[in-house]
Amino acid sequence: MTDTQKIVVVGGGMVAHRFTEAMRARDTDGRYSVTVLAEEPRAPYDRVALTSYFTGKDPEDLALGDPALWEDGLVTLRRDAKAVAIDRDAREVTDAHGVVHPYDHLIMATGSYAWSPPVKGADLPGVFVYRTIDDVAALRIYVERRRKELGRSVRGAVIGGGLLGLEAAGALQELGATSTVIQFSDRLMNLQVDEGGGQALSRLIENLGVKVRCNTATEAIRPDKHGHVGSLKFADKGEQLVDVVVFATGVRPRDELGRDAGLTIGKRGGIVVDDTCLTEDPAVSAIGEVACIQGACIGLIAPGNTMAEIAVDRLLGGEATFPGADTAAKLKLLGVDVASFGDAFATTPGALELTYADPVAGVYKKLVVTDDARTLLGGILVGDASAYASLRPLVGSALGGDPAAWLLPEGSIERPNVELPDEAGVCSCNNVSAGAIRHAVTEQGCHELGEVKACTKAGTSCGSCLPLVKKIVGSELEKSGIELSNALCEHFDMSRAQLFNAIQVSELQTFSEIIERFGTGRGCDICKPTVGSILASIYNQHVLAADRAALQDTNDRVMANMQKDGTYSVVPRVPGGEILPEHLILIGQIAQDYGLYTKITGGQRIDMFGARLEQLPQIWQRLVDAGMESGHAYGKSLRTVKSCVGSDWCRYGVQDSVGMAIALELRYRGLRSPHKLKLGVSGCARECAEARGKDVGVIATDHGWNVYVGGNGGFTPRHAQLLVEDVDDETVFKVIDRYLMYYIRTADRLQRTAPWQEDHEGGLEAIKAVIMDDSLGICDDLDAHMARHIDSYEDEWKAVLNDPERLRQFTSFVNAPDDPDPSLAYVEQRGQRRPATESERRDTAVLIAPTRLEVRS
Amino acid sequence: MTTVSQRAAVPTASTDRTAVCAYDRLTADLGVAALIDGVQVAIFRLADGTVHAVQNLDPFSGAHVMSRGITGTRGDEPTIASPLYKQVFSLLSGECLVTMDKAPREGLDPRLTVFAVTVHDGLVYVDVPGAM
Repeated sequence: MTDTQKIVVVGGGMVAHRFTEAMRARDTDGRYSVTVLAEEPRAPYDRVALTSYFTGKDPEDLALGDPALWEDGLVTLRRDAKAVAIDRDAREVTDAHGVVHPYDHLIMATGSYAWSPPVKGADLPGVFVYRTIDDVAALRIYVERRRKELGRSVRGAVIGGGLLGLEAAGALQELGATSTVIQFSDRLMNLQVDEGGGQALSRLIENLGVKVRCNTATEAIRPDKHGHVGSLKFADKGEQLVDVVVFATGVRPRDELGRDAGLTIGKRGGIVVDDTCLTEDPAVSAIGEVACIQGACIGLIAPGNTMAEIAVDRLLGGEATFPGADTAAKLKLLGVDVASFGDAFATTPGALELTYADPVAGVYKKLVVTDDARTLLGGILVGDASAYASLRPLVGSALGGDPAAWLLPEGSIERPNVELPDEAGVCSCNNVSAGAIRHAVTEQGCHELGEVKACTKAGTSCGSCLPLVKKIVGSELEKSGIELSNALCEHFDMSRAQLFNAIQVSELQTFSEIIERFGTGRGCDICKPTVGSILASIYNQHVLAADRAALQDTNDRVMANMQKDGTYSVVPRVPGGEILPEHLILIGQIAQDYGLYTKITGGQRIDMFGARLEQLPQIWQRLVDAGMESGHAYGKSLRTVKSCVGSDWCRYGVQDSVGMAIALELRYRGLRSPHKLKLGVSGCARECAEARGKDVGVIATDHGWNVYVGGNGGFTPRHAQLLVEDVDDETVFKVIDRYLMYYIRTADRLQRTAPWQEDHEGGLEAIKAVIMDDSLGICDDLDAHMARHIDSYEDEWKAVLNDPERLRQFTSFVNAPDDPDPSLAYVEQRGQRRPATESERRDTAVLIAPTRLEVRS
Repeated sequence: MTTVSQRAAVPTASTDRTAVCAYDRLTADLGVAALIDGVQVAIFRLADGTVHAVQNLDPFSGAHVMSRGITGTRGDEPTIASPLYKQVFSLLSGECLVTMDKAPREGLDPRLTVFAVTVHDGLVYVDVPGAM
């Protein structure tokens, strides 16, 4: 280890992360240790996704890569440790705490700062920039505070109409503020789009409620009478009332440390480096936004990551050089697609521009091609950027066929199927070529999108290339004869979603008819429960009706949870966790009478374990007699709706969370789905019900409820994402009805809501469009379907009690219905019984005989 | 041959057959358990009318639950899946066709014992060697 060379990285942003990650991945001999000095009090995070912080993401959701990187023995991350001085002679960096970090090689990755023009009033409270999590958090707090103080929605303005400005305007809208974008130039995003694109963009943005004011210079920000931001004064003498101002007027490299250390600084700032990212000092490199490479600083993540990879490669003896920046950009703002790539402004001599504009649909598209109209040079897409992922990698290649096919709405002319050359870049954030993706499939054994993502990092940053990655993976698998099978099992050659459709359309209601029409053989333990669940979802008939019983999996088959010794547990329904004392007593009494082990569940219910098959109907009868019902602690169905005590008792509660939880549980009980469903309701933002860990979380606000979807505990914990905000009870029901029904119809077998939401084409935004804007025209159908479910709910346990045929299934032995399973054996532990282990069974003295546990009547 | 259809020959008097229940008591594809001289047996009537019997003990869990599994086919082979850990067994040979990457409980054979079944005069008989 004495040979280990010390690298110090000054700066803790995305590029510093990429450098460290690449170094640890490639430096397998442990030649270098890496110390990262981060100014912010947190590990590097995804700054590009900053706006998603408003759509319900937590700071930790923005974390980059595998957090285990920072646990690596050769990596040291110093948070809250801004570097303040560099001594190049002594090769030392001093941080703000006075700690000295010696280095063998220094990486400058200090990034940029948000620059604001010297406008009068720029220091007033209520003026923000948009760069770090702290900036965004401060903005959020301020807007929320002002809304309360003012008692009306907050008026926001964003100065700067570039990419970041529009992001900020979107963020203000997410916060419930109105927003106006003040742009100095004649159009929005003037660096990326041309006049036609700018016009289309303005229209689209204005349709979403954001005001746009181009050709406007801001002269001053004026205070209100309390000293807060109050209004904007423009150079043309115009004025506008505002409560909060965000500057998005560009970034400048943070080159002051380099400057102080005597490194050469570019004309417009930035530490000057050569094509290998090295400064004039062979022990110092600069990467990312602070580097002035090929004469300019580049404020985009993709070239920054490329520089990080080059620096690593060079340190390990490689030959990589900077290929020039790909300034392609695609963003989606408030649902509006904007993309710009290649020679978007047709500066190549002889370049031709093909444009398509549909002002009604709000679409503007332009392709820039060579004078023979064969080779793609660049393009601009506004309103519909679906072709971006396919087009961007084609820059410099032949378009193949009629270029117009790429401009007209999808489907009007068939787009030529162009095979990308291996060297074409697919993921510009992580610099992954089409060839690398193909290699992952053919040589590295990746057969699924997730594996390819993990292996190549393609699509792991902004994700805009994922459709293309998916397509390449698909065609490569097809070529190598591997079919991406979505067959349910050997009996059904279709996915659950396809089967759901087939069953719904054909109106077949028995398994034998369904497998005869759509499958082969007699079925198995995979397809039978799936069909059983689909039939239950569509018709909501009893799980044991007609030939359904034989389709049901273990627990649904007897409507209780099978435990390891073959006995069952019974979990009475306790809607919302609210329970009468007499029902508590009844549960205790039943447990005592049958000698059942009792435990409080995670879903605010009481579980009674150790009931034998033949005892189940007796136990249900006692629950039914007292006005209770057994509950679904089993099955792919709604489990519980967990709640906190809410505004009835809690000092902090703002809404009746218990009432809402009960209403939801009674509404969705018995609903069969691709996987289990859990809901939660919290009565205030303190979120005591942990609702965001649920498939659907409802959280009270001062004005109503926020609904979050796609949360998950379990093996892969996820926080639910915001679906709607500040809505009333009726809207809560409506959106959850649609969300759940859409999930039930389209998810894969055993796919929970979080991965379904993620895998859904277009993600949560697209799901939102389906259930809020009715983009598929199916909302009436979803509503009617859920209404049918609610109307036809029956207590499935009580239904068995009334049916002698079904009751016959609840016998221990067909030839000895009064004999309990003689193999059951228990031992006492902490005053209750549990199944005996193998060795305890051999030592029979400790056993409790099952005969002692008969009902005392 | 371990299974015999409903129209099978009358069993001879020399077998250890025990009348378990009426054939009509069995529902297609819904197993039942029987207790035959202390041995727990899982009995299945399949959609084609044939009746099969295997041990009710699931060798992978040690619990007597096979009668509560899901019947099916793997290719042409009729099968039963354990309701606990979902191993799949042949109803013809008792062989474990899908182990779910698990080993059976210590001392237990992964293969199920298959018992001969006869249906005669509307009654289901199971031959459990040693039982009377």
